[in-house]
Amino acid sequence: MSDVRLTIDGKEVTASRGMTLLDAAQSVGIAIPTLCHHPQLEPYGGCRICTVEAEQGGVTRLVASCIYQVAPGLVVRTRTEKVNRIRKVLLEEMLAHAPESEILLNLAQDYAADKDRFEKEPSFCIHCGLCVRYCAELKQKHAVGFIDRGAQREIHFIPEIAGQECWDCKECFPLCPTSALQAAYVLTEALLTPAKKPSCCS
Amino acid sequence: MCRICSAETLEKTRQEIRLRSDPSTPCIAVCAGAGCLASGAAEVIAAFEVELESRGLTAAITTRGTGCPGFCERGPIVVIHPQEICYLQVKPADVAEIVATTLVDKQLVERLLYVDPATGSKITREADIPFYKNQQRNILGANSRIDSKSLDDYLAIDGYAALAKALLQMSPDQVLEEIKRSNLRGRGGGGFPVWRKWAESRNAADPTRYVIVNADEGDPGAFMDRALIEGNPHSILEGLIIGAYAVGAHQGFIYVRQEYPLAVENVNLAIRQAEKSGLLGNDILGSGFDFRVQVHKGAGAFVCGESSALMTALEGRAGEPRPKYIHTAVKGVWDKPSVLNNVETWANVPLIIHQSADWFAQFGTAGCKGTKIFSLVGKITNTGLVEVPMGVSLRQIVEQIGGGIPAGKRFKAVQTGGPSGGCIPASQLDLKVDFDELTKAGSMMGSGGMIVMDEDTCMVDIARYFLNFLQDESCGKCTPCREGIRQMLKVLNDITTGKGHEGDIELLEDLAATTIGASLCALGKSAPNPVLSTLKYFRHEYEEHIKNKNCPAYACKSLLAFNIDADKCKACGTCRRSCPAAAISGAKQQVHVVDQQKCTRCGTCFSVCPSAFGAVQRLSGAAAASVSATMTLAPEETG
Repeated sequence: MSDVRLTIDGKEVTASRGMTLLDAAQSVGIAIPTLCHHPQLEPYGGCRICTVEAEQGGVTRLVASCIYQVAPGLVVRTRTEKVNRIRKVLLEEMLAHAPESEILLNLAQDYAADKDRFEKEPSFCIHCGLCVRYCAELKQKHAVGFIDRGAQREIHFIPEIAGQECWDCKECFPLCPTSALQAAYVLTEALLTPAKKPSCCS
Repeated sequence: MCRICSAETLEKTRQEIRLRSDPSTPCIAVCAGAGCLASGAAEVIAAFEVELESRGLTAAITTRGTGCPGFCERGPIVVIHPQEICYLQVKPADVAEIVATTLVDKQLVERLLYVDPATGSKITREADIPFYKNQQRNILGANSRIDSKSLDDYLAIDGYAALAKALLQMSPDQVLEEIKRSNLRGRGGGGFPVWRKWAESRNAADPTRYVIVNADEGDPGAFMDRALIEGNPHSILEGLIIGAYAVGAHQGFIYVRQEYPLAVENVNLAIRQAEKSGLLGNDILGSGFDFRVQVHKGAGAFVCGESSALMTALEGRAGEPRPKYIHTAVKGVWDKPSVLNNVETWANVPLIIHQSADWFAQFGTAGCKGTKIFSLVGKITNTGLVEVPMGVSLRQIVEQIGGGIPAGKRFKAVQTGGPSGGCIPASQLDLKVDFDELTKAGSMMGSGGMIVMDEDTCMVDIARYFLNFLQDESCGKCTPCREGIRQMLKVLNDITTGKGHEGDIELLEDLAATTIGASLCALGKSAPNPVLSTLKYFRHEYEEHIKNKNCPAYACKSLLAFNIDADKCKACGTCRRSCPAAAISGAKQQVHVVDQQKCTRCGTCFSVCPSAFGAVQRLSGAAAASVSATMTLAPEETG
């Protein structure tokens, strides 16, 4: 694979073609925050917290570094005022839903985000889609999915599949950056098999 | 029909059709577009058929259900050919008189003619009505000349001549070159040069390529694509086949929203007719070029009008946009090069090939060639579809063609570009309408929706309305769009209900910047436009709402109060009887009073109070608050 030379935060970086800006930055020790990214899953570009500025031919664009691929001569800036501002607002928007999420609270400190800027609507889920994509792409079970759209979008376990697959798996639980996933599963479990008690509790 | 397998058989068929139909034979053309059908056109057509039958005139006079000519305000529209006598708002009960007077006695039914509001004179011919006269109907014009369901009718007006020319006399590169010379830009919103998209797909390494019609018209108040695909489906098909030939695609898709049942029906019928007669399938017109088309019905998501979301939906998955850092023209449906153009864009293609790029480029401005169809709706006298050359001023569209604002109200703004477009104020009425000028003014062309607003429209409320639409229609995948719209909408809801705070405008601007900067697709990136453009031109309205709890347009109900001026009230009882909430008390010779607790602020009392009295006051801001407060503290004794 041919090499591509680009600049990230003033550093000359050599990356292989097809690599994302996120991976290229990480390869030289530049950290870009991510929430919906998972090295084993297809890039998603949903949370947008990894947004960076990418300049080519005099045109600067804001792009999601987890998806955008390296290109020769690209000048990438990961911590400009604009980028910081966007990350701050995104964190504030997500903290309205998941005010206790440790990952979000830590990032909020880095970006001076006010966790109480917006009225709390604790749905807990920040729609990173890690559970949905992990279950679909790696486990190929599709036991959890998104329903509805826009502001009404939610994650839901599909009872028919979850009832058979999830109890022995639960590999998605530790992926969740908030506590939403477990709660959603427990709810599904309870609705699906009200009589059945987990064996560990008997 | 015989199989059309060469340029010769196509021309022969065309001649036969023309010979069969004598242009001097009277023909009753009734608009059978969705708008006129909704106002009873099907019943009118049926009544004509019954009437002609009973008079034994079916052989001498034909009846035809045509595509939409655009003057939807006055439907059902009936045009009697060859004289082009135009009757408006025709009801089945008018049919017998039309047949007896116009078709038999060759006289006019005066009462059904258009009356020019400026001169009061009656206008007989369709083309002389100001609404039509000031348009340039290159594309829409054909709608009223054909039966939407008839391939023969399309062939009679030179249909598929452009296809024969492209396939048999031109190489794909020459077709591409002609489109490039025409400078045709995509009519779906972005205004991207069509040839560039085509060339990108054509030059892509993958030999399997697709061409797609985007008929997922979802903007509130926009219906030009519906009129085209319903009214003249073969023109879209012809454009698509020509595009496929230029790009090197052998499979096409028409993505049409299922809320357009007539469009789905007519385009499916057109495909079957084209397949049967050899205009689709293998070896089209003996050229050796193979092409097939499939219709895909959209399931009702606005975001699926966005190219990558449309393609994801076409693949059978949830219609969510995906990053387009690699263009869909290179990596689209099933990762294959896919050219997606809007209905109106495809409709332009046969015209350019048939009549040449030079002909096309004589219309429009330096950067934007050709015509554009707008759907003119809202507070406008002539609601309907208007086709004008690019570069015509907004004033010409609103005043000359649209006939201005009804009920003597003042023009306030026009919203263009659909929910993600912007509002343009009266001071910009002389703006030349094209892709670039609208963008400069802080709005956009979009697919061509134009919503006219008068002085009674609150601009903060309009922004709220569009954000509310977008909150539902965002796919919800990315944070800045999903959450940004949610938070902006909350602020707007607060402002319009009197709960705005200082700093709200800055908060809106901050949220908008993040939504524009970080959103994944065009829906999110343009979602703050309704807020930003109204802030740009009507910032004082936001400030009035926030600081003084005052809605200058008297539209935000929470900020209103209605009060009866005791000195002016003549106790006529009109308002009391009309009040749907029974909130007005009073009796004969007893001044009337509004109970602010019961009042729903519908404004009925204000509009029914005789203008000679003018006793009902419509209040907002401090005045409204004081009226409400007084009433709450000490309800006046009326007895």
